Amino acid sequence: MEQTERSTAEKVAAFIKRRFAMIDEINRKYATPQIKMTRNVKTALLLLRVYLLLLVLLLAYKFFTMLK
Amino acid sequence: MERLSFSSSIFYKYRRVVKAFKLYLVLAGPGIIVMLADNDAGGITTYAATGAKYGYNLIWFLLLLLPVAYFVQEMTVRLGTVTKRGHAEAIFHGFGSFWGWFSLLDLLLVNWLTLVTEFIGMTAALHIFGVPPFVTVIVVCIVMAAMILQGRYWTWEKIAFLFCALNVIYIPAAFLVHPSVSSILEQGIVPNIPGGFNADFFFFLMANIGTTIAPWMVFFQQSAVVDKGMKEKDIPWGRLDTFIGSFFTVLVAVFVVIVTGTVLHGMDIESAAQAAQVLMSTNQFLGTLLAIGLFNAGFLGAICISLASSWAFGEVFGWAHSLNNRIKEAPWFYAIYFFTLVTAGLVVLIPGAPLVLITLFVQVIAVTLLPAALVFLILLLNNEETMGKYKNTPLQNAITWAIVGVIIILSTLYAVSTLFPGLFK
Repeated sequence: MEQTERSTAEKVAAFIKRRFAMIDEINRKYATPQIKMTRNVKTALLLLRVYLLLLVLLLAYKFFTMLK
Repeated sequence: MERLSFSSSIFYKYRRVVKAFKLYLVLAGPGIIVMLADNDAGGITTYAATGAKYGYNLIWFLLLLLPVAYFVQEMTVRLGTVTKRGHAEAIFHGFGSFWGWFSLLDLLLVNWLTLVTEFIGMTAALHIFGVPPFVTVIVVCIVMAAMILQGRYWTWEKIAFLFCALNVIYIPAAFLVHPSVSSILEQGIVPNIPGGFNADFFFFLMANIGTTIAPWMVFFQQSAVVDKGMKEKDIPWGRLDTFIGSFFTVLVAVFVVIVTGTVLHGMDIESAAQAAQVLMSTNQFLGTLLAIGLFNAGFLGAICISLASSWAFGEVFGWAHSLNNRIKEAPWFYAIYFFTLVTAGLVVLIPGAPLVLITLFVQVIAVTLLPAALVFLILLLNNEETMGKYKNTPLQNAITWAIVGVIIILSTLYAVSTLFPGLFK
């Protein structure tokens, strides 16, 4: 019984490990952006970051005002 | 002799047209399906409410959405056929893993929430006929499973076409209410602002543009183009397919507005199911058509949205991710498909689940992904190394940046107005 439980736990651990390994592999594969980083591209990405940050702040503000 | 050559030239022209039409039928699919699926439960609700509130007065605005939808979705055809990558994979490849993970996980969340809203629409539509929600959810899951488990992209596409054909049910419905054609032309075609430019009017403009382009559409069409195996020489057909799809999506929207603008003008309608229910009491046949249309709209949206997520994950993780694969060959692809489908269906069945909140939340979460997906799309279309002669021309850039700018501003304001309802009033 104990052996079965251990083997199940090991299987789950191995499964999770494999998933993380897969994510690591994807991160390595796409570590360098392949698009040419022209000034336009850099500006667009910067504006996107600012836009998303503002949106997150807005959502956080809404969340906290709802809690109050 | 001359007569013979004249008749033979007509014959050859006829044969060329027939051959071209047959070729189009082979290549048609992603554009029409994605565009008609865009008229999903949320879309139909928005159009129904627009017609009820403003009558025919906003038809001109819906007509403007045709080029908007076409220019955005046409880019996915070119990007997919040239790079042979779905949009998720293209983002990872082009912009690295940070933007890749952001887009992929955000897409999963947005798609799942949208899928919940499709189930809300479908269960509400069939509830009008007395079908309990759990029966609707089970039947929908079984039919959708049967559609993808037959193991062929082509078969899935042809079945999806049948549901697309049902999406135009609103056109005969509009003829049943005998609208005044002169009133439609007078009030609907010339741009006008009924009651002045106030907060309500602005909200409806935002809602209508918000339903025209959803993040899942960009991901879905690009992946479908790749899965279908379209080549660069097929791009003109892909464009035609997208244009026909854009035409029909706007046509259906206009006819929904005509139906509710004729019989429900002046009423505050909160959902298409409510519109169908109200119509049931006055014209049962029309109410039935509207309810069937709403169910079909939700179903069409659901089959595309769940596939968009599965394709995206398959592309990035390198799993087999084609509808041409059997379940044993692509277990993760089908696992994600069923996981998103079944969990979204179950949420609708939870007693007291915050369904209204989810419906509102979709708009907010969608704007965290939509600008990124659209900006990446244009940037990738300008990458000469990968796109070659298919990269955006300066004119295409001017048009698409303008369209994307307007979409981002209006959809963001729509989301903000959802978060803070009193802000624009």
